[in-house]
Amino acid sequence: MNAANGIVSRAHPLWLAYVLHRLSGIGLAVFLPLHFWVLAMAMTAPARLDAFLAMSGAGVAKLAEFGLVFLLAVHMFGGLRLMALEWLPWRPSQKTLAAGAAAASFLIASFFLLKAV
Amino acid sequence: MTSNFLKVTIERGAGAKNAQRVFEVPAHENQTVLDVVSWIQQCADPTLSYRFACRVGMCGSCAMMVNGVPRWTCRTHISKVLDDNAVTIGPLRNLPTIKDLVVDMDPFFDKWVAAEGMHHGGRTREHPIAPVDEKSAARIEANAGIECINCSVCYAACDTVAGNPEYLGPAALLRAWTLLNDARDEGREAILDAVSDKSGCHNCHSMGSCTAYCPNELDPMSAIAGLKRETTKSFLGRVR
Repeated sequence: MNAANGIVSRAHPLWLAYVLHRLSGIGLAVFLPLHFWVLAMAMTAPARLDAFLAMSGAGVAKLAEFGLVFLLAVHMFGGLRLMALEWLPWRPSQKTLAAGAAAASFLIASFFLLKAV
Repeated sequence: MTSNFLKVTIERGAGAKNAQRVFEVPAHENQTVLDVVSWIQQCADPTLSYRFACRVGMCGSCAMMVNGVPRWTCRTHISKVLDDNAVTIGPLRNLPTIKDLVVDMDPFFDKWVAAEGMHHGGRTREHPIAPVDEKSAARIEANAGIECINCSVCYAACDTVAGNPEYLGPAALLRAWTLLNDARDEGREAILDAVSDKSGCHNCHSMGSCTAYCPNELDPMSAIAGLKRETTKSFLGRVR
């Protein structure tokens, strides 16, 4: 192992949050041109679009959609986290409270989602 | 300890790139990483170069990479870093290696100066001493950063420094933030100009390695966020 160039020093939550934000951003940047290309088919090739939409009911497409929503959610929360971190001069205890509140609301939202399903 | 000997790998830098040497060092109950390096230099290889002075975590001269993490070696117990009774020690990242475990600290200190990390006095001996309100919000911010010992652990931990050698780095920017909040310092304009150019605080991606590894538990990342806020406010003020 090379002590000077190892990546061990990056294994902490703040760095992982940074990397998740970047990777989800790249994922979305790759997806969006494809998304607009498919939407553009409504104008240029409606039959192809219909064929594609029929295919979107398949399990693989559903899985991909789940990934997409995940990327969007992760990227949005990553951005909100960064703005809060840099623009709100919070004390560590305030940050803990805010993270706790976010976690609690997420739990409650998940509970309602499970009830709805 | 599972064995009476530790397997210590030393990365010897400059001129001997990636030249690693493995030493067997006698294990003791109480032993810091610096003790281990000193034993090697005194008992196994007198040509090994390294730097230390106070041995009590005040001077900031003994920082090294220990198993891939920058640490102050005089205050790091070996038991905290041993991995299967072995440890790898190398020179600090992001600074040029002079020899073995000794790095050239010049770029680090030059950046303190570039970030206006020096006192900007406006008073003479004829003036009364500037009053300091210990309870003011600005003083609390300033106090939070004054215990920096210039050890360069944050600088070695920073990936932004690794990617952009011009970037001033966490320590210099923390110093600038401390001075900006010091009632006795009158260099506000100079500091804000210094930290807002292309090598300044807006390079920071808030990865947080500086704050995660500062041995004195300071928070350079939040200090840099403070500079981002102040430089932006100052910029908007000028535009208006």
